[in-house]
Amino acid sequence: MMRPRSLAFDLALGIMVLAALTIIPIVFPSKALVDFVIRGAALALFATSLNLLIGYGGMVSFGHGMFFGLGTYSFGLLMQRTGMPIPAAFAITLIVSALVALSVGLVCIHVKEIYFAFITLAFQMLLYSLIILWVPLTGGDQGLTGGIPRPPFLGINLANQGHLYLASCTLLVSGLMLMRHIVESPFGYTLRVVRDNATRAGFLGVKVLRVRLLAFVLAGVFAAAGGVIMSLFVSGAYPEFAYWTVSGEGIFIIMLGGLNTFLGPTVGTVILLLLNDVVTRFTEYYGLALGTVILLFALGLRRGLLDLLIELWRRLTAPSGKTRSRVRPARR
Amino acid sequence: MLSVEGICKSFGGVAAISDVTLEFKTGSLTAIIGPNGAGKTTFFNLASGAVRPDSGRVILFGENIVGLSRMEIVRRGLARAFQVANIFPSLTVEGALVAAVQVHARKAETICRRFPLKECRDRAFAVMEMLGLEDKAATLSANLSHGDQKLLDVGLALALEPRVLLLDEPTAGMGPEERWQMIQKVHELWERQKFTLIFIEHDMDIVFKIANTICVLSYGKLLAEGTPAEIRGDPQVIAAYLGTSPEIER
Repeated sequence: MMRPRSLAFDLALGIMVLAALTIIPIVFPSKALVDFVIRGAALALFATSLNLLIGYGGMVSFGHGMFFGLGTYSFGLLMQRTGMPIPAAFAITLIVSALVALSVGLVCIHVKEIYFAFITLAFQMLLYSLIILWVPLTGGDQGLTGGIPRPPFLGINLANQGHLYLASCTLLVSGLMLMRHIVESPFGYTLRVVRDNATRAGFLGVKVLRVRLLAFVLAGVFAAAGGVIMSLFVSGAYPEFAYWTVSGEGIFIIMLGGLNTFLGPTVGTVILLLLNDVVTRFTEYYGLALGTVILLFALGLRRGLLDLLIELWRRLTAPSGKTRSRVRPARR
Repeated sequence: MLSVEGICKSFGGVAAISDVTLEFKTGSLTAIIGPNGAGKTTFFNLASGAVRPDSGRVILFGENIVGLSRMEIVRRGLARAFQVANIFPSLTVEGALVAAVQVHARKAETICRRFPLKECRDRAFAVMEMLGLEDKAATLSANLSHGDQKLLDVGLALALEPRVLLLDEPTAGMGPEERWQMIQKVHELWERQKFTLIFIEHDMDIVFKIANTICVLSYGKLLAEGTPAEIRGDPQVIAAYLGTSPEIER
C-alpha cells in the first residue's frame, strides 16, 4: 500500500530523491551546484528540525541555532583534538547535543510562547559568549582554524568534494526520512495535540512537559547533524554558526517554505540560498532584499510557498461544493 | 464511585465552593443545577483535579485524589468534557480520537511505529460510532458544527474509557432540537456504558426528565440533593432557583 503517509511511500520517495541527487552532478558537472547542495543539506536539516518545534510542537524557539553551532564545534574539536574516525565523532556530537538539549530543555519547556522564545535565545547567546571567551579551546572569535582533518573511512574520503556531496545528500535524505517518521508516529500526533491545546491534552492524560522535552531533544540532535555537515563543508567552525542570526535564518526559511508541510523548510532552504546567491551578485544590500521578500511572504501570501501550493492543489482537486479552507486556524 | 467530603475553594476571598459533601453512586446519573455563579464549574474543576481544593477530600474508588496530577486522575478512570468545546482544531475527528485513545493505551510516546496504530484506530472508530460521528471522521475538528464539536469533546473523554464521566453543560449553545438529540445520545451512552455520569445542565426539562439524582448548588453551597420529585417539591429550591413556574410543577 502506498498511501502518502506510509513508511513505504517515504522510503520510495527518499531513494528516488537520493538517486536523483547522485545523478545531478554527473549530468551537470558544476562545483557551484555541488557546494549549493551541501550547504543546502546542512541548512535544510537544521530548519526542518526547528520546524519540529515550531510547526509540530508550537514551540517557537529563537535559540535553535545553538545546536547547529554546537554541532560544528563539537565535531570540529573532536576531529582536531583526538583524530578519531569521522563516524565516531559524528555519533559523539549527536550524543553531546542530546545531553545539552536535555539540560537546556528542562529549563525552557516550563515557559511558553514569547518567554520560551527569549529563554532559548538567552541560552544561545550563553553558548556564543562561551565560544568567544574560551579562547584556548575554541579559538575565540577566530573560530577553529587550520582545517579539520578528514581521514578516509570505509573507502569514503570526505576531503574529496564529490564524496562529501554524496555523504551530505545521504545524511540529508536519511535525516529528513527519520524526522518524517517521527512526526508521523504516535508521538508526532501527541505533539500536535499538545500544540493545539495543551490544557485539554493534560486532561486526556498526556504528559505535556515530557512530550515537549522529547521534541526539544530530538530537534536539537537533528540540528547538530546539520552543523556537522557545515563543519565538514567549511573545514572549521566559526562563532557565526552559534550566533542568534542562525536561529533567525531558520525562522526565515520556515516562513519562506511553509510550516504546515513537512518539506516546507526544505523548500524554504532552497529559496533562501537562491536568494542569497542571486542577490549578492547584483547588490551588497542583501539584507534589504531578503527583508523585502520575507515581508512579501508574511504580509502578502501569509504562508510559506509549499503551504500555498498545497492549499491551491487541494482547492483544485476538492470535489465542488466541498471546498473548505484547510488553513490551520490561528493558535491563541 | 466518586465522593467529595467537605471541599472548600475560595478565589481571592470569595468562596466559590464552601463545605460541599456529595456522593455519586456507581452507575448513577446525576445532574448538577444552580444559578449562574453557583460554583458548578468550580465543583467540576475540583472533582477532576484541575483545581486543588483549599480543604476537603475528593474520593475516587476509595482513594483521595486531591493533589494527584491530571494524568494520574485520568488513569484512575475519571474523564471530563467541557462547557466550551475543548478540542484540537487542526486535527481531523479521527486523528484527535486516535490520539486520545493512544494516550489511554499508554502509546502516546511511541516513536518506532506509524500513526495510527491499528488497535487505537479501531477503538476510535467505535467511539465515533457511539456518537454518530463516523461520517465526519476525515473532517477537521475546526470545521465541525458547534454541536459536533461538543460531541467530539465528549468523544475525547469516552476514548479514555472512563468509569466516571463529568460533562459540563453538554448542551451549551445549542438550539432546543439539538439539545434533545445531544442529551438522548448522552443518555444512551450512559445506559450502554454503565459509567457514573455527572452533568451540569441549565435546561430544567432535560434535568427532570433524565437525571436520577439532582444536586442544587447556590452561592457555593449545596442547597439540596435528591430525586427529581424531591427537588421539585423542595421549598428552598423553589425559592432560590426554580420559582413557582407551573411548567415545572406540571
